[in-house]
Amino acid sequence: MSTPIPPLPRWADLFLLPVINLMAALFICGLIVLAIGENPIEALGVMLKGAFVYSGGLGYTLYYTTNFVFTGLAVATAFHAMLFNIGGEGQAYLGGLGAALVAFAMGWAPSIIALPLAIAGAALLGACWGVIPGYLQARRGSHIVITTIMFNFIAASIMVWLLTGPMLEPGQQSPQSAPLPASSHLPAMHEIFAAIGIKISSTPFNASFLLALLALVLFWVLIWRTRLGYAIRAVGQNPEAAHYAGINVPRTIIITMAISGGFAGLLATNEILGVSDRIILNYTAGYGFTGIAVALMGRNHPIGIFLASLLFGALYQGGAELDFEFQSITREMVLLIQGMIILFSGALAYMFNPPLARLIARLTVSRRAAAHG
Amino acid sequence: MTATEKTGGGASASYALELKGVNKSFGLIRANRNINLAVRPGTIHGIIGENGAGKSTLMNIVYGMHTRDDGEILIDGERVDMRSSADAISHGVGMVHQHFMLVPTFTVLENVMLGTEGGALLREGREAARARIVELSERYNLAISPDALVSDLNVGQRQRVEIIKALKGGAKILILDEPTGVLTPQEAEQLFEVLKVLRDRGVAVLLITHKLAEIMEITDAVDIMRQGEIVGHRKTAQTSPAELAELMVGREVLLEVERTEVSPPGDVRFSASHLGYTSSQGVVELDDISFEVRSGEILGVAGVSGNGQTQLMEVLAGMRHLTAGAINILGTEVTPASETNPRIIRDVGVRHIPEDRHTHGLILHFEARENMILGLQDSDLTGTGLLMDQDAIEANCRAKMKDYDVRPSEPRHFAKNFSGGNQQKIVIAREFSAHPVVLLVGQPTRGVDVGAIEFIHKQLLALRDAGCAILLVSVELDEIMSLSDRIMVLCGGKNVGIVSRDEADRQTLGLMMAGQKRTGEAA
Repeated sequence: MSTPIPPLPRWADLFLLPVINLMAALFICGLIVLAIGENPIEALGVMLKGAFVYSGGLGYTLYYTTNFVFTGLAVATAFHAMLFNIGGEGQAYLGGLGAALVAFAMGWAPSIIALPLAIAGAALLGACWGVIPGYLQARRGSHIVITTIMFNFIAASIMVWLLTGPMLEPGQQSPQSAPLPASSHLPAMHEIFAAIGIKISSTPFNASFLLALLALVLFWVLIWRTRLGYAIRAVGQNPEAAHYAGINVPRTIIITMAISGGFAGLLATNEILGVSDRIILNYTAGYGFTGIAVALMGRNHPIGIFLASLLFGALYQGGAELDFEFQSITREMVLLIQGMIILFSGALAYMFNPPLARLIARLTVSRRAAAHG
Repeated sequence: MTATEKTGGGASASYALELKGVNKSFGLIRANRNINLAVRPGTIHGIIGENGAGKSTLMNIVYGMHTRDDGEILIDGERVDMRSSADAISHGVGMVHQHFMLVPTFTVLENVMLGTEGGALLREGREAARARIVELSERYNLAISPDALVSDLNVGQRQRVEIIKALKGGAKILILDEPTGVLTPQEAEQLFEVLKVLRDRGVAVLLITHKLAEIMEITDAVDIMRQGEIVGHRKTAQTSPAELAELMVGREVLLEVERTEVSPPGDVRFSASHLGYTSSQGVVELDDISFEVRSGEILGVAGVSGNGQTQLMEVLAGMRHLTAGAINILGTEVTPASETNPRIIRDVGVRHIPEDRHTHGLILHFEARENMILGLQDSDLTGTGLLMDQDAIEANCRAKMKDYDVRPSEPRHFAKNFSGGNQQKIVIAREFSAHPVVLLVGQPTRGVDVGAIEFIHKQLLALRDAGCAILLVSVELDEIMSLSDRIMVLCGGKNVGIVSRDEADRQTLGLMMAGQKRTGEAA
């Protein structure tokens, strides 16, 4: 007979467990690095320096972080209604289309008008791409995991068609759109800092990072402070009780998927409005999928999502540095490290829960006994 | 695996199955207490009791799915040790579960051989299984083709496939757990024919049910269970539905409620006329129910549980949509054509204590203060601003916890961490204090300790005295009898009759719960 596992204290669940998962992943990666004949400590040092210390490293890290915040929030929003939105990738892709269409249409307008509208366009088309699977789940019972995956493929196909046909930049060989009007360009951070007289290195890190921070706050307010958030969580925790309480469950599912898709669509503000100023084929580059790991690791809480995003941002940037510095460590090796972290903090997130819980329970008991003894 | 040994007693050999002093507890809940049961071969033996009386637990012990804490199980007079369903099958016990365990995309043959394929290649096992199905089907008149796809079969036929599965190992004892719950009356009749054939061929059939009519129609003997104990054993020929109903629900009077006789009730607050509800599977759950409830009146709804009480409550609360007739709540008319949902009903002033607090009444992973606004999340309890007023929500919860003595008085504790009685008090506090004009109350004291029961009863009567119109559903007959002004009895989803408090005694209600109209208006 197995004894019941004591519940983990909240602090340990939120902080200690993710750290242990991360350590376990890094340990396995260290062994692999060792096996191919490199020094794991040295490799870790290069990664950390690449992500935070070297010139421009931090900028790149935060640029990646921005992407993960948006897609992580998309997954987390849906997850509060117990919906597993795998379609962040497709929603973000269509968000780019929304941003670009608005930007082209608003080319005549000053930035103060064009930019907010382009951002709204990104969120809107992303939301639309989330609403359709949401509707199919809520009213037709089609499983959201299946439909969102399928909608990723549909989004990709639409974009290939657009970028090789109607939206292809005239005279271009590579599948990308014409450059967007300058009025819908989000300023880079080095441009902003230069304007107030501080010189930082030139990186893709741009103003969309501030938007991401705002989104984190809005997400928190939405989920824990609004009636809609209450309804979303009620539907997620107990749809029958939500129905009893007069909450329209199908409608709440649809709205949740709209918000979720909207967050994913905002990825375009970073990649398109902030960096490339045009739509490039496959610009979403898997950020939508990594968002699932970010949300899982961040426990669907804005602070957790930010920290997880920062971690994955650092991994992307530090990993690139690793690839650059070591002959034997290739790009694939870096992907392996990322995969390990996703495995340990996503799929195996609770692997260390039982032993840790028993350990803490035992320590607490013995401490109490000591205090009384 | 199995330990079998001879017992000395020769008398017990005349029983196919015998249980002696069997106990089973789940944590603090004693699901079965000192069960003694004896089933003769070639009989149909009924076990009757309300939901939660411990019937299924007992049968799962016999079938080896639960291990008994102590006591003996004897099969054909030999003591056996049931540790798994494989043990049970090897001792000739078969079981047909309430919910079928069939793969719809497989044929009958494939379903029957599942688990006894007999090797990596199916060929040999398949032919053996086919022969067995044909043989059983002929012997017991089951009329099932081995090659039919299960998804093409109707519910009654699927159940016969389950019976074949149970019998294929040569079972001499067949347990059926609520077999008619999913059947139409015609299919139930066909099942009974099959059971009679089984009986005549020497099989001991154990029929678990909460339906009195079935017991009377088909069994030879019956044991009555209540709260984990066997409270009576009768030869079916020597008992009556009324006696069985009384044994099933007849509980000790827990406490008397002091009850003021108020002036005659006021205006009609809500009413139902020819209300009907047919589930999406086509089962008629409620049929032609009419009643009215006046201001300052409690209408109790009595009946053996599972006779439509749950559906009636949920239809009235807007959680299910009625399919016939009409409801009028404070002038708001609900018909099959009109739109309805719990919000509309709530907005006209109806409050609802759901029967099952864990499924409907609470969100267990929400804090107490969040549960205290469930259903009222858009009311001014949460403030009037764009954001929910956290201080107001907390203050509301704190005040109600004080008024209704919820312990611990911690608004930020999760609902799952409160005891059952205190969880119920959270629901009651929320619904009672929201100024109900009409109150739907389902099982208000289920799983609640005695002190809390008294408190809840007093609150109910206070609301009634204040003019609220109350519909009370309870499996506790005493609760119905001591609180209600009038009592409506449901049987098989039909309204058997409404009696006033003075006319209602155990015997009258028992007869009505068995489906018999009152004397003078005999059907």
